[in-house]
Amino acid sequence: MADKPAPPERTASEKADFKRELTEVVPHLRAFARGLCGRPDMADDLVQETMLKAWAAQARFEPGTSMRAWTFVILRNAYLTDMRRNRFRGEYDEGVAERILTAPAGQEEPIHLSDMHRALLTLPPERREALLLVGAGGFSYEEAAEICGCAIGTIKSRVGRARATLTSMLEDGDIPQRSTKDAVAHRAILTELDQVAAGNGIAAAKS
Amino acid sequence: MASMRKAQNNDSEKAPAWANGLKQLYDDVVEEPLPDAFKDLLAQLDSSDAAPSDGASTDKGGS
Repeated sequence: MADKPAPPERTASEKADFKRELTEVVPHLRAFARGLCGRPDMADDLVQETMLKAWAAQARFEPGTSMRAWTFVILRNAYLTDMRRNRFRGEYDEGVAERILTAPAGQEEPIHLSDMHRALLTLPPERREALLLVGAGGFSYEEAAEICGCAIGTIKSRVGRARATLTSMLEDGDIPQRSTKDAVAHRAILTELDQVAAGNGIAAAKS
Repeated sequence: MASMRKAQNNDSEKAPAWANGLKQLYDDVVEEPLPDAFKDLLAQLDSSDAAPSDGASTDKGGS
């Protein structure tokens, strides 16, 4: 995908295909964004930004490849930029607060979706996104690695750590409270973000 | 859209109890009806075709 500069013009039918595929992935973009940033309003802003960027960059999309993966890269980059600019606050989605998951067999306490969501948001961003891609989005490790611009082994290790953390939070009930500890967590997150953003050149969406 | 659902097959470990919840969080959003704002935006994309290359974010191909 490297050597041609930028295919000049898309035909009308190519544009129509592009738009159809873009339309199909919008619900997935919303789900990914919601998992990344927690707040539905921010998430939807991010998705709209992503759609505009994707549309503007459509000449760089290779027909036949995964629109979902391609747009996720764009969304992810927009998210990282936004987060560093706005000092994102990891508020979680109040909408899921009342929902309760079915209690796993043999376990007394049901897991609350809100706990799940809160626990997810306490993860460092690169582990959170890895887990979202693989554990929720159903991407393979290979695809997730490509989206994040890192090695497969890195993704596997991020997913593994994210899982371990969530398991200990959710099964031992050791979930950080929203208010006080969050400040600390978020400072840590912002620090890590700088590393993530600095380290990851995204091959797919960059050129 | 059909081939996206093969999630857990690549990990050999057994899924923890919360794994379902994670998918549920994601799938719930996927299944939400699309808000009008998105439909409007998609509709606008077509009409913005007239001036496609004023590059909202692109820094390379400016004409």
